[in-house]
Parts: sequence; structure tokens; C-alpha cells
Amino acid sequence: MSIYARRRVVNRVGLTLSILATLFGLFWLFWLLWTLFGNGLRWIGPRLFLESTPPPGANGGLANAIVGSVILTVAGVGMGAPAGILAGTYLAEFGRTSRLGSIVRFVNDILLSAPSIIIGVFVYGLVVLRVGHFSGWAGAVALALIVLPVVVRTTENMMRLVPDSLREAAAALGAPSWKVTIRIVYRSALPGITTGILLGMARVSGETAPLLFTALNNQFWSTDMSRPFPNLPAVIFQFAMSPYEDWQHLAWAGALLITVTILVINIAARMLMKRSKS
Amino acid sequence: MVTQAGAVTQESESRTPESLSPSAAGVRSVSLGDRFFRGLTGFFAALVLLSVFGMLVTLLVGSWPALKTFGPKFLASKEWNPVTEQFGALAPLYGTVITSVIALLVGVPVSFGIALVITELAPRWLKRPIGVAIELLAAIPSIIYGMWGLFVFAPVFATHLQPWLTDHLGRLPILGLLFEGPPMGIGMLTAGLILAIMIIPFMAAVMRDVFETVPASLRESAYALGCTTWEVVWRVILPYTRVGVIGGVMLGLGRALGETMAVTFVIGNAHDIHLSLFMPGNTISSTLANEFTEATTPLYTSSLLALGLVLFVLTLIVLVAARLMLMKLRSREGERT
Repeated sequence: MSIYARRRVVNRVGLTLSILATLFGLFWLFWLLWTLFGNGLRWIGPRLFLESTPPPGANGGLANAIVGSVILTVAGVGMGAPAGILAGTYLAEFGRTSRLGSIVRFVNDILLSAPSIIIGVFVYGLVVLRVGHFSGWAGAVALALIVLPVVVRTTENMMRLVPDSLREAAAALGAPSWKVTIRIVYRSALPGITTGILLGMARVSGETAPLLFTALNNQFWSTDMSRPFPNLPAVIFQFAMSPYEDWQHLAWAGALLITVTILVINIAARMLMKRSKS
Repeated sequence: MVTQAGAVTQESESRTPESLSPSAAGVRSVSLGDRFFRGLTGFFAALVLLSVFGMLVTLLVGSWPALKTFGPKFLASKEWNPVTEQFGALAPLYGTVITSVIALLVGVPVSFGIALVITELAPRWLKRPIGVAIELLAAIPSIIYGMWGLFVFAPVFATHLQPWLTDHLGRLPILGLLFEGPPMGIGMLTAGLILAIMIIPFMAAVMRDVFETVPASLRESAYALGCTTWEVVWRVILPYTRVGVIGGVMLGLGRALGETMAVTFVIGNAHDIHLSLFMPGNTISSTLANEFTEATTPLYTSSLLALGLVLFVLTLIVLVAARLMLMKLRSREGERT
């Protein structure tokens, strides 16, 4: 075999394997979605949204868990996003080259990929041990710590995309620099910052590990954030691992619900980003 | 002369605010507003530092009783007995490392192929959909992977793949020991494979990004010399982006080490060390998820926190290395332009 033929064969084999790898990657996505719809769709009905989680063998829905998850997510994002936006503002406006800026940037990247279960353990020590019991607030703090680095990162990136000439023009008109940031830079970076918040929200709405030690779970309807709080991921974990079939059905329905919600938020965030770019 | 006069008026202005015109008073309050805004944003930036620091301190303080009781033996002992209060980290540590290694062995080549297809092969209209689909794979929460792994993947794995592996690889010397045992579906290998699926999107995304930093002139020169696509990727792009690719792999490793829910569902949760990958095991994160709320004695809780500390330090090392590598690539790129 001539060297040319061999190179061509190597090229063919390498590229074919790469295409197979891509198909392999996509295959799991479709298999996962397929089974989620196949197992979950049947059990989605009005009862799921109207009734609370049942004891084994009885009829019921996931209403308390769904509402609990929504409240927890909103509270977590409500705490984490403003803090993240302000920290990101510092990085983009004041700390571009400063020492503190580069350290914060580095540590933020670490926090971004830190195991979420460690964040749960941290909040357990910080809040649950001090207060003496599990609570919705502890869960919200844990989720806020997961949202924080996502928002810091996107806020900084998006604010840096705003051209400096815009800042200078506003400053030349006599605007103080805090006003330049709030009225000019935030306004131009708004779609990007919103995308960051949406991505953070998508990330925490399925988080389970940090909630196990903080919000725990609650079988009943509850909106009292200072007590153990119902949430969908913990219910899915408990019900899926249980031997009761009707609990498992509810777990599938919940899993489908969470996944669809997260995929929709993700796609919305992407579309927002694309529209703001064009 | 002129500058001196300017300095004098400035000083007198700041000394007598009452005599200032309204617009000048505005200027003064502005600098206060600026200082406040800067301080506010700086505070939240420092909060990021504080929270990571706080995690380390909380884990250290919480695990102190266990570390004091067991000493360095904690890392070397595989005993984990809540009744006699003997705790050692070896079994979960072993499980964490082995599942992560399996995930990397499967995940790295696949991610490389995906990044190659997106950057070099796919037609323009297909690049974005493939990229988005892979990223959606990353968005699916870990608990869904776990549930799917337990109910869908494990049975298929047990009836089709495991017997095949035992028949074909089980007879090899040494390597065969890894594939012995009953086909139960759950176990270390299943956990490792599901971890691989979960970290592929992260690694593929980083690899795609670093592949795109290769200057077009470099790529085009190689093609102009008659290189095949494979040669361009293997001999030009990969050497150029090596640091970044390794950084991306380390980032994936960081994810795999700390991944909790998916592993907890499928690993079998046994405090054992087996050579066979078909046997159930345990990882640090799955031990925490299963036992943390059930720990009854202070020493038990403290030992679990010590496990958490081990995991945190492990991921910290991997993540710091990953970030430093990615930063190195970026700064080199900055020098060039």
C-alpha cells in the first residue's frame, strides 16, 4: 500500500470514528428523552398538579412538591442572581486588571464546577446546624450558592462586550460612573444577563444533592420556608427508589416534568441570546 | 502657575461645601455614589471568595473529630462500621477514582470526536444543532440520569452487554478479572458509563472552544501542504491546543469526581472494594447522599464530613489545575495577537 493510500485510509477511519462518536453522544439524548416520555407522559394529568404526594398505595399527585420546587427555585435565584450581578459588575467595571479581580474570577470558576453535594454539606453546617432543623431557607441558600457563579460569569462576559466608547460617551456627557453602569452598561447587557439568570435557574431546578441535607423534604403541603420543605427532586429520589409501583409512576411523571421545564428554559435562554446578538 | 491656581480652587471647594453652586454639589455627591457603588459590588465579589473559603473551613472544622480519632489511617482503612464506630475512606475513595477513570476512558475519545465533527466536518447549517443537542445533554439534571440508569440502562446492560463482556474479555489474563461476576446491571462499570455520558458534553464544549482558537492561517497552511483532515487535526490542531484540551479533560474529571445523584442510583452502595467492575461499590458523594441524614453519632457525622473534605480537596486540585491550563492557553493566545 502506498503512503498516499495509507494516509487516506487513516483519514477515513479517523473521521468515521468521529462521526460515530457524535452519533453515540446524540443517541443518549434521544434514548433518555424517549424513555422519559414513554414512562412519564401517561401519568401526567390534572391530578398531578392538584393533589399532594400520597402514602404508598393511595392516589395522589405532586402538587406540593411542584409548588415547593418553584418557591425554592425562585428564592434561590432571588438571592443568588442579584449578588451574582453585583459581583460580575465589579469584575467587569472595576476589577478588570486588579489583583482582587483576578482572584475572584479564578475562585468563581472553581465554585462553578464545585460538586453540588459539597455546597449542600456547607449549608448544612452553616444554617441547619445553627438553626437546629432542616428548612426551606437552607435549601434556598444552597441553591443561591449554585446560581451565584453562573450569574457572575455571564454578567461579567456580557458587560465586557459593551464597547468602552459607549461608557466614555456617557462619561463625557457628565454622567457619574455608577450612573454609566446602571443606565448604559446594564441596559445594553440586559439580554445577556437575563440569559445568565435563566441558565442559573435551569441548573438549580433539577438539583437534588444539595437539597437532601438542607430543605430535606415534606410529604405535605407547606409554604412555610422555616420548616422542611417539599421539593420535586427529593420526591423523585424517594419515590424512584421505593418498591411501590404507583410511587414510581409519580417519579417518572415528575422526572418528565423537570426535564421538559429545564430544556424549555435552556432553549429560551439560547434564543434570547441569539436575538440579542443579531 | 495655572496648575497651582487650579489646585487651590479645588481645595477651597472641598473645604466649604455650603458656598458651592448646585451643580458642584452634585459633583460631590456623585463621588460618594461612585464610592458606594464600587464598595457594594466589591463586597459581593468578596462574597464569592468567602463562600469557597467558608466551605473549606466548615468541612475542616466538622471533620476534625474524625481526623483526630483516626489520623492518617482514615485514608488507608477500608472499614466502615457505624456500629463499632470504625470509619475509613478507602472504599468510597476507590469507588470515586475508579468510576471517574472509567468515565474518562470512555468520555475523552468520544468528546474529541464530537469536537472534531463540530469544528472540522459538519456543514455550517449542522454545526449549531449538533452543538445545542450536546449542550442539552449537559442540562439534564443528574437525578434523571440516575433514574434512567437504574430503570432503563441497567436492565439492558445486564441482559446484553455484561454477558458479552464476560464472554469476550473475561477470559483474558489479568484484564479478565475486571469483567467477572454476576451480571446485575448495577455496579461500578454502570456508574462509570453513566458518568461518561454526563461529562461528554462538558469536555466536548471545551474542546470545541479551544479548537476554534487555532488561527485559520495555521489550519489553511496545513491543508495547502496536502494534509488530510485527520492529519490537520492530529498534527496541527491538537499540538497547538494540547494544554486547553487537557484542561477540558480535567474539568470533566472534576465533574465526574463530585457527581452524586446519578451514581447513587446505579452503583449499588456497598462499602466494599472489588477488583471486578461488575460488583457494587460506593463513591464519596453517594455515601454522603445515602448516610448523611441517617448519621446518629457525632463521630459518624464527622467521618462523613471528613469524606466530604477529601472529595473537596481532590476536586479543588483537579479544578485548579484545569483552570490554570486553560488560562495558559488563553494567555498564549493573547500574546500572539
